[in-house]
Amino acid sequence: MTTQTARINIQRGAPGDPARIESYQVPYREGMSVLDALIWIRANRDASLAVRYSCTNANTCKECLVEVDGKAAYACTARLGRQPVTVAPLGNKKLIRDLVTDTAPPKETLRYALGEG
Amino acid sequence: MSHLSTDILVVGAGGAGMYAAIAAARGGARVVLADKSLIGRGGATVMAQMTVAVALGEQEPDHWTHHLADTLDAGRNLCNEELAAILCREAPERIREMDQWKVGWARADGHLTQAMAPGHKIRRCVYVDFLNTGPAVAKTLRSQVARHDAIVRVGGLSITDLVRDDGRVVGAVGIDMETGRSVTIAAKAVILAAGGLTRLYRRNSASANMGGAAFALALTAGAELIDMEFVQFFPIGHLAPRLVGMDPIMWDPFRYKLGGRLLNGRHEEFIHNYGASDSGTYTVSRDVASFAILSEVAAGRGSPAGGAYLSFEHIAEADLRAAFGPVIDRLLANGIDLTKRAIEVSPIAHYHMGGIRVNGEMATNVAGLYAAGEAVGGANGANRLSGNAISEAFVFGERAGRFTAAWAAGQTMRWDDDLARAGVAAIRAVEEGEVSAQTAGIGPIFGELQEMMWDKVGLLRDQAGLKSALARLRQMRELDLPALAPGRRDPFALAVQDWFDLRAGLIAAEAITLSALARQESRGAHQRDDFPASDPAWEVNQVVRLVNGVPTVERRAVVRGSFELAPLAAAQ
Ligand SMILES: Cc1cc2nc3c(=O)[nH]c(=O)nc-3n(C[C@H](O)[C@H](O)[C@H](O)COP(=O)(O)OP(=O)(O)OC[C@H]3O[C@@H](n4cnc5c(N)ncnc54)[C@H](O)[C@@H]3O)c2cc1C
Ligand code: FES
Repeated sequence: MTTQTARINIQRGAPGDPARIESYQVPYREGMSVLDALIWIRANRDASLAVRYSCTNANTCKECLVEVDGKAAYACTARLGRQPVTVAPLGNKKLIRDLVTDTAPPKETLRYALGEG
Repeated sequence: MSHLSTDILVVGAGGAGMYAAIAAARGGARVVLADKSLIGRGGATVMAQMTVAVALGEQEPDHWTHHLADTLDAGRNLCNEELAAILCREAPERIREMDQWKVGWARADGHLTQAMAPGHKIRRCVYVDFLNTGPAVAKTLRSQVARHDAIVRVGGLSITDLVRDDGRVVGAVGIDMETGRSVTIAAKAVILAAGGLTRLYRRNSASANMGGAAFALALTAGAELIDMEFVQFFPIGHLAPRLVGMDPIMWDPFRYKLGGRLLNGRHEEFIHNYGASDSGTYTVSRDVASFAILSEVAAGRGSPAGGAYLSFEHIAEADLRAAFGPVIDRLLANGIDLTKRAIEVSPIAHYHMGGIRVNGEMATNVAGLYAAGEAVGGANGANRLSGNAISEAFVFGERAGRFTAAWAAGQTMRWDDDLARAGVAAIRAVEEGEVSAQTAGIGPIFGELQEMMWDKVGLLRDQAGLKSALARLRQMRELDLPALAPGRRDPFALAVQDWFDLRAGLIAAEAITLSALARQESRGAHQRDDFPASDPAWEVNQVVRLVNGVPTVERRAVVRGSFELAPLAAAQ
């Protein structure tokens, strides 16, 4: 079997950093999701990549919302294809780091529990 | 560093943790409900798509004692009969309460619809259409939790250690994911509702957060784990092609209703070679199906992805649609046309029967430490009846909250920052460790752990494999783990969490392996190649506890109860 690969570009950085795009080549398998690629990168290339997700296969936690090629999408249902895809954090939410934005309900955070608003 | 103070800390906000928080608040306690993920989303509860077992007698006459009889049958003489009876007796109350909270259980003809499921002798499983049980349950409990001012919800708080004073649990230490800062929580009591451990196996149905944290936290704090050798594998979990948005165990009802053919990599039927007949009947038992698939793979006759084919190609599209309309469309959206191709299936790790040993009040043997949900062991013995896990999460969650609140009411807070020093230092050491070439090592080591658990501590076990796994696990815990330091206190530092996940996973994995090695027989979900028969002398539970810091396995007599089957008319 020939090993196919796919390319994925990821917008990274913390708030205030100039946003940078990092490009990765990942092993491809049929039907693979953008999230599968992000998980592979974290396990095999760079564990510091920040991305929010839990359920991975079920598409029920609804935590993995990012922008894929400029459109809001769940990383776990967006597919990787022959063309490279570009993944970025949601543009309309406060950035936490890399692909993670402040999507937690405001009253369900440590900040709120500590009375920090 | 930040500090919170509360009567009761609930670790994990799935079905069990949210129910526990509600019940504790009803009991007058102040609660912090913490989850490493967002509240109500991180674990198995929100992912469940099928059914919930409960003897309501709405569909046909039923009584909880009949539910109990089926539960004990499935558990192969190892159920803690007191816990199993509590589960079956109180499930109706919880399901009705969820109904009042408008979860939306499916109804027809003026009553709740109750479906048949494998292992049940009566139609008793409720569900929310369409394949929406878990999301509906999670949403309903989240809004109930939000109604209690006494419950402080903290998402993104990953608990890394429990804090003890003189043998009693007095709080916990964790990491705030958003900022990376460490957090201490003082509490009169802690309820562990942090779910199961199936992520430790290469093929699983787990979320990212089901890596055994509850078991590791409990064991390290001095609690006992019971039945750890019993991990439930589902025989025909989805393997390929990649499928997202569907329950990986969904093929079972398909096979039941329509009959799917299991074929090996050469497209030949094979189940009959393993002493069972399947073709035309599709009723082969789960144990045999799992064994047969893995044996074909081992013999080089697996499907390309390493499982078996499941084919519905012989069934007319109209029949497929009539039985599973909307699902057929979801499959097509995944590029899967069942009339044109076979999919690939394999056994997958799905649920953990074992867990923290508790009494009927959900109290562990450690003062101030309680547990609930999948994290608890005992009620399901050697095998779980389908649909019992969500009932268990509700019933044990509610009880844990209620009894912990009653206990905590008579206690004073015992907290001293010094008690938390070791836990806080552990976080700092990981964050400040030298960032070296090793940094990338956590992923591959976790991968090795999953691979090894799958190959040697999975469905087919023998002494040689278990011993070598145990040796490697200890080496990973003692040598590899301390050498791994992800470094950097970044916001959303998943790498720091990975380190604590690996630490917890290694502890839980060792408890499973020790128990599996000691049990020299086959029973329920524990199958030994070298001891293929069940042995009546092994009708005992095993517990793992730390003796001088070393995980040690011991035998305990099964907790038996006495009950009589109620006549079924009594249900009406
Ligand atoms: C895909 C799938 C389908 C299923 N289908 C069914 C079904 O149809 N019927 C049925 O009865 N059962 C089913 N089950 C099993 C059932 O869903 C679970 O056993 C049950 O929901 C467990 O509930 P819980 O609250 O104990 O744990 P979970 O719902 O798993 O919640 C545990 C929570 O703890 C959090 N957590 C973990 N570690 C930490 C930590 N260190 N700090 C803070 N938080 C932490 C997690 O993020 C998670 O949110 C299914 C399971 C899966 C995976
Ligand atoms: S990972 Fe859960 S919805 Fe995408």
